Amino acid sequence: MTTMTATTTQVYQVFIKASPEQIWDAITKPEFTSRYFYGSHVDSTLEVGTPYRGWSPDRETLWVDGEVLDSDPPRRLSYTWRALYDEETAAEEPSRVSWEIEPQEGGVSKLTVVHDQLERAPKTAENVAGGWMYILSGMKTLLETGEPLSS
Amino acid sequence: MNDDPVFKALADPTRRLLLDRLYERDGRSLTELESDLEMTRFGVMKHLRVLEEAGLVVTRRSGREKLHYLNPVPIRLIHDRWIDKYTERRVSALADLKNELEDTA
Repeated sequence: MTTMTATTTQVYQVFIKASPEQIWDAITKPEFTSRYFYGSHVDSTLEVGTPYRGWSPDRETLWVDGEVLDSDPPRRLSYTWRALYDEETAAEEPSRVSWEIEPQEGGVSKLTVVHDQLERAPKTAENVAGGWMYILSGMKTLLETGEPLSS
Repeated sequence: MNDDPVFKALADPTRRLLLDRLYERDGRSLTELESDLEMTRFGVMKHLRVLEEAGLVVTRRSGREKLHYLNPVPIRLIHDRWIDKYTERRVSALADLKNELEDTA
């Protein structure tokens, strides 16, 4: 089986029939993330320098820990990322996740996720590659149909 | 959703080869990508534009360079359209088995 060489920057992009504000809410509100982000609850005031956290569905285990680096609603959100749900990724240096939302014609928005600064987080790079695809596909389905992906 | 540009983009062997190159190592410049191919710079640019229009390649600026990234999300969306309804676990178990058999062969 061929495996992808872990790269230091990963880029994922999707067009969603939704406004930038709706997408912003989907990224930043736990009632949305619980429906497409592996059931996790996002927990952040989104102020630069404050924590950006993702909790397990029962809200007892911290899955993702980070710090808000940049917040410009509803266009850009960036934070550091440490995945604690796996022992190997938890031991690595933090990487960076950035969401960019650009309105297009016809009520469509272009959503780009850039996961970079993965130089010292090769396990994280391997771990998140499939995850972002699943998450973006799930968010698109949720925003366009109101239903989470069945799985 | 309009999948036509994705299928059209994937229907060409050179474009699939370009995606293979990016899958091996992401974030390459045009110069890097064209050095692998026996094709003019203009030809490679044309193929990359088709891939970009289909959303399969996303470009980002890094200093003076334009870097190309493989964006697998459109393929994932096609996957979800037909596979998600059935038991995905079973399909991936079969895929694992196939990979295992091919590895040992």
